[in-house]
Amino acid sequence: MSELRELYQTTILDHNKSPRNFRVPEGANHAADGFNPLCGDKVKVHVKLEDGVVVDVGFEGSGCAISTASASMMTDAVKGRPVAEAEKLFERFHDLVTGDPLTEPEFDPEIGKLAVFAGVREFPMRVKCATLAWHTLRSAMEGSGEVAKTE
Amino acid sequence: MSSAAKQSHAFDLAQVRKEFPILDQQVHGKPLVFLDSAASSQKPRAVIDAMAEFQRRDYANIHRGVYQLSQRATNAFEAARERVRGFLGAAETREIIFTRGTTEAINLVAATFGRERVGPGDEVLITHMEHHSNIVPWQMLCREKGATLRVVPIDDRGVLDLEALDDLLGARTRILAVTHVSNALGTVNPIAEIVAMAHAKGVPVLVDGAQAAPHMAIDVQELGCDFYAFSSHKVFGPSGVGALYGRAEHLEAMPPYQGGGEMILSVTFDETIYADIPHKFEAGTPDITGVVGLGAALAWVEATGLDAIAEHEHALLAYGTEALSEVAGLRLIGTAPHKAGVLSFVLDSAHAHDIGTILDQEGVAVRTGHHCAQPVMDRFSVPATARASLAAYNDRSDIDALVRALHSVNEMFA
Repeated sequence: MSELRELYQTTILDHNKSPRNFRVPEGANHAADGFNPLCGDKVKVHVKLEDGVVVDVGFEGSGCAISTASASMMTDAVKGRPVAEAEKLFERFHDLVTGDPLTEPEFDPEIGKLAVFAGVREFPMRVKCATLAWHTLRSAMEGSGEVAKTE
Repeated sequence: MSSAAKQSHAFDLAQVRKEFPILDQQVHGKPLVFLDSAASSQKPRAVIDAMAEFQRRDYANIHRGVYQLSQRATNAFEAARERVRGFLGAAETREIIFTRGTTEAINLVAATFGRERVGPGDEVLITHMEHHSNIVPWQMLCREKGATLRVVPIDDRGVLDLEALDDLLGARTRILAVTHVSNALGTVNPIAEIVAMAHAKGVPVLVDGAQAAPHMAIDVQELGCDFYAFSSHKVFGPSGVGALYGRAEHLEAMPPYQGGGEMILSVTFDETIYADIPHKFEAGTPDITGVVGLGAALAWVEATGLDAIAEHEHALLAYGTEALSEVAGLRLIGTAPHKAGVLSFVLDSAHAHDIGTILDQEGVAVRTGHHCAQPVMDRFSVPATARASLAAYNDRSDIDALVRALHSVNEMFA
């Protein structure tokens, strides 16, 4: 059960129960759909971009605890950041959840609260749950309008 | 009824479990509880050994060489075809075509029989509980031909609406494709009755038997269907192999599916004369060892007794249904009165995917997701379900472990 506690940290369970920014932000001007064909998770990320900065961000959809909490915490983490910074944060987050499960993740001051997702690396089947919202955010910011997929 | 079904067997569960070596292991420090046989079943020692022995002693390409090994391999391959015939209760061995599985079997029928039969403005009828493999090939055919795909509805229990089926069988219906047992709901459809309704209106019927074959005795002549498809890997045989039964009159009239070696009588650059059925539909060197493995699997099923297996599973399904009803916040998806082998459910507390991960930590393997049946998920307004599915080797302790693990899920997500 200890690995499970690593995965389902209290913060993750909390964000799953009460997701933050679970809404369409007023004045949102970019959006994208994300879909995980493996489990049917669906997410839509809305972004309000102004001068290359994520002024506001929200999401809708349904998914597992990992994908819901990840979307919720992502919105908190990227709000107010320039697009380039948000992209960088995704890279760091990706490294965090796909790292070697046998090694402890290095302390990354930039990753902040998102460090609670480190437990995902023990569960390779769940990496896509954790990254779905991020892939979708990237599509939304790029404005490609394509459905983001985890496959 | 097939000969296998007529015999009565004493069902020795402890012995059956022993015959599946994979079950004897621990996962995350807990005894493995395998409840995902509807995705793919485990293999008895008889199958594992038969395939290894065949590769060690008898393997060669079939239907070609005059040497002894090729003859032995051909004999083993054709003996498997005869065994499939017996298993399905078909009248003739030449009505059995080996494919890569149920999916390829359905694609074969859609691409040959379907393509010849369906034209612009025609209709292909399927049901709301089909697996994607019995939806997409027909959708592709309809798109190609300018035909319409019609869907027979199901009710809130997951039972097919037979009155609607009768209404939908119209003047333009060219084929009905229906599953024998729903992989996502466990519903057993009354195939003989459905076939009679379709035939009364001159509509041929393809039956997807992938989920039925491991659970019940099948007799295609009693069912009256035109085509019946199943996969080896769900009936204790290897993956990559399956079989299609087709009535000889259809198979003879149908064009080939793929061109190549094995399916011809003679070839010149001007013309090719096709081989007789079933070889006309078996282009290229098949999965010879896989077919031998399928034969061994069906032999194992016959020796164990399909009726005994069905009886055992039915009791276990009733036990499981009762046991799951005591888990707080659990809702069964698929509550048809006539079901086989499947307990599909959702929990108030957790998404199916989270259930799957937590169950895995307890050693319990279930499938989570849409089960390649997204329209079924939409019908019940759920994104996904967790599905425990049963096979001959499961027992009550497996269900008890599942229920204990589900209590853990509820605790974690309380």
